[in-house]
Amino acid sequence: MKRSELIRAGVFLLAAAAVFLLPRFISDFRAQEFAYVGIYFIALLGLNVLTGFTGQISLGHGAFMAIGGYTTAILISDQGLKLGGHTFSSDMKDIWTIPLAGLVAGIAGFLFGFPALRLTGLYLALATFAIAVAMPGLIKYDRFETFTGGGGGINLFESEGRTRPTETTDPITFETISEPIKILGLEVPTFNEWLYYLCWTVALVMFAVAWLLLRGRTGRSLRAIRDSELAAASSGVNLATYKTLAFGISAFYAGVAGSLLAIATTFVNPDTYPITLSIFLLVGVVVGGLGSLWPLVFGAIFIQFLPLWAQEVSKAQGAPAVVYGVILILVMLAMPGGVAGLLRRLQVLTSRGYHRGR
Amino acid sequence: MALLELRGVEARYGPVRALDGVSLAVEQGQIVAVLGANGAGKTTTLRSISGTVKRSGQIVFDGKPLGRRGPESVARLGVAHVPEGRGTFAEMSVEENLKLGAYVKRGAIDDDVARVSAYFPWIATRLDQHAGTLSGGEQQMLALARALMSHPRMLLLDEPSLGLAPIVTREIFRIVSELNEKEGLTVLVVEQNAAIALEVASYAYVLEVGKVAVSGPSEELARNESVRKSYLGY
Amino acid sequence: MAEFFQQVVAGLASGAIFAALALALVLIHRATGVINFAQGEMAMFTTYIAWTLIENHGLNMWLAFAVTLVFAFGLGVGLQRTVIRPIERASILTTVIVTIGLVLIFNGLAGLIWSAEVRAFPSPFPNDTWVIGGVAISQQDVGTFLVVLALVAILWAFFQFTKIGLALRASALNPDASRLVGVRVGWMLAIGWGLAAVLGAVAGILTAPTVFLDPNMMQAVLIYAFAAAVLGGIDSPFGAVAGGLMLGVGLNLIGTYVDFVGASLRLPVALLVILVVLLVKPAGLFGKTVTRRV
Repeated sequence: MKRSELIRAGVFLLAAAAVFLLPRFISDFRAQEFAYVGIYFIALLGLNVLTGFTGQISLGHGAFMAIGGYTTAILISDQGLKLGGHTFSSDMKDIWTIPLAGLVAGIAGFLFGFPALRLTGLYLALATFAIAVAMPGLIKYDRFETFTGGGGGINLFESEGRTRPTETTDPITFETISEPIKILGLEVPTFNEWLYYLCWTVALVMFAVAWLLLRGRTGRSLRAIRDSELAAASSGVNLATYKTLAFGISAFYAGVAGSLLAIATTFVNPDTYPITLSIFLLVGVVVGGLGSLWPLVFGAIFIQFLPLWAQEVSKAQGAPAVVYGVILILVMLAMPGGVAGLLRRLQVLTSRGYHRGR
Repeated sequence: MALLELRGVEARYGPVRALDGVSLAVEQGQIVAVLGANGAGKTTTLRSISGTVKRSGQIVFDGKPLGRRGPESVARLGVAHVPEGRGTFAEMSVEENLKLGAYVKRGAIDDDVARVSAYFPWIATRLDQHAGTLSGGEQQMLALARALMSHPRMLLLDEPSLGLAPIVTREIFRIVSELNEKEGLTVLVVEQNAAIALEVASYAYVLEVGKVAVSGPSEELARNESVRKSYLGY
Repeated sequence: MAEFFQQVVAGLASGAIFAALALALVLIHRATGVINFAQGEMAMFTTYIAWTLIENHGLNMWLAFAVTLVFAFGLGVGLQRTVIRPIERASILTTVIVTIGLVLIFNGLAGLIWSAEVRAFPSPFPNDTWVIGGVAISQQDVGTFLVVLALVAILWAFFQFTKIGLALRASALNPDASRLVGVRVGWMLAIGWGLAAVLGAVAGILTAPTVFLDPNMMQAVLIYAFAAAVLGGIDSPFGAVAGGLMLGVGLNLIGTYVDFVGASLRLPVALLVILVVLLVKPAGLFGKTVTRRV
């Protein structure tokens, strides 16, 4: 490993440590919010591989999240969902449903990548948009109800003996009693903290995987495809392979994120993954910075907190949407390269100053 | 006073400086040629005049400094720029192309169509044809005709010979010459084919790496063997 | 048989509305290369303007519509000059996100100014039906179809026979060459946005009487408009109109004669249309397949 990469690895470990220490300093509720940031971060990492690296625009990644989320929900829940004679019951350890959900979504994404090869730019955006809009309707479709739980949705942790951290309300004092959970020897007092650690462990692992994946030849090939498909192909990059692979990988990440979202909300129904989710994922990638990795955290923070912040500005009906929209446009006008672009510009400015000083 | 004057004009495409201080002058009624190798800055010179590229330095047309005017504004002053590659509206008809040429003028254009048809007789019979289906030479002539529709004071002509057979190129330069004689049209022509340009122009500037390397009356440049060999390639 | 004709007529009316909005989308795409995801919300917003002119300012209905169209034109021009022009050279993604921002702003603004209450909206056409040979034909439907047809015809004439129409077409085809002949391309693009906004306003005004006025009323219509534009060809104005009418009639007929497609599946069918067309012939029925020059 090169020295610069060792430094990066060191920084990463420091950041990971900071992430693990954070819950000590923030409220329980905030921990839940930051858990969601972690979930979005994972989804953004994946979408970035597709859009930031190979330049394929997807307005439908919420659909892949839905596939992942529903996979986990179906496997975990005891609702008696059936598919072709097989009744699902929760034999599987919850945690393993996460990578499995990712795999299912990843395969779906990979398969979609083939017809997607024929579409470019705006056409692909429209096609993925269509899928995302259609997904809730498809889930609700009566013929699939025994399998997806239809409009009523699926409860993940309803039944007896589920291994999930529980919170019960004391019937006399109405206080919330939480039973402490043990993870790797750590005792975590609440569901929200447990969720935080779960999401961020997965997030950090997947970030490291993405970084390793994209730093070498693979990353260069993907970026080449984004910049000029024709040039990349002439240089020997197999377009079809890389583009479908990119779809598969990004869908895998989305599936994992969707799975975590299902666990977080403990309940999925067709409206858990609406078209607005897909749109906001794209917003998050652009705000974080296309083709960047860790700045996507800012994108995740943006999509998690801006709606809430907008509501603080004004609770009048419709006002938060206006605030959000205005800020979105201003951000696009001022920093089209996202946070990553801004950091790059600052870097250029400071390095110029450094050279002038010499 | 010259109709067009450039003083120390600079222009860049991003970090690359294409013009590094070009000065030239075109008198009313003259045909002036701008020559030089690929990448010398010939096209950029014309673009600076018409305002298609950002430039600094002084450009004065008909006594008025052009300042930061864009192409739409320069066109209204009476400068017609026929760009590299003709700039024809391929998906429109010949007639519509001509109409667009007359955009800055008010009123009916029938007289002007008749006028340009005198120089390019085939136009009158093919007004409805799609411009994209015309041959290369015809497209060049259409571009010229379109430029004439607005009664310009000055014509900027960028590489008219590009992609055309020599015989067609001769015809086009003959027409340019005729326009200059009959209508007093001032012409600044950029050309790679120095030989034919020097036949038609009375004065020429040779650019090299964004600067004027040599200039003078065409006969002198054409006679000067070392100039021909070093700059003009023949 | 009577049912068939009734469905066709109703389909032509709803199709006309899709066509109007699809034409707006195509206009903007041809001129500025942008897909305006906010076209539906702009239409909704201008419809609210019409409503408030009638309800709160007591304007005569037709006068209110006229003022609304003028307002819509100004809105389109204003948006292009302020928000779209700065990002002219930016990537597709930047523009997509800016139009998404506009969606949020218009939707929120409508709720903020007029509240999200569902409201009735007056129809310019009488609520009657004509009965011809046993077939009941809604006057509203006929009126809708004719209005859109007339508008499309007027626009076509404008583009074909006027100087500005010519300049508009030229600006979309070849902005650089247009500038050289003196066309102020920037303003032409702005006019394109203005005209698109007018089309949207008409679509909104014709939709509101039947679906009632509320901030989300144009969202489904927008998706149908996308389907129509993709079906007809995203760069073909004729395709947008033909696509809209075909989609309107097609959806009605499928809904009536194909069993398992109930009302709830109309939207997914439209989306399926988008997907199939994009996969089989992305240029649409009437669009030109673009060959890339290497």
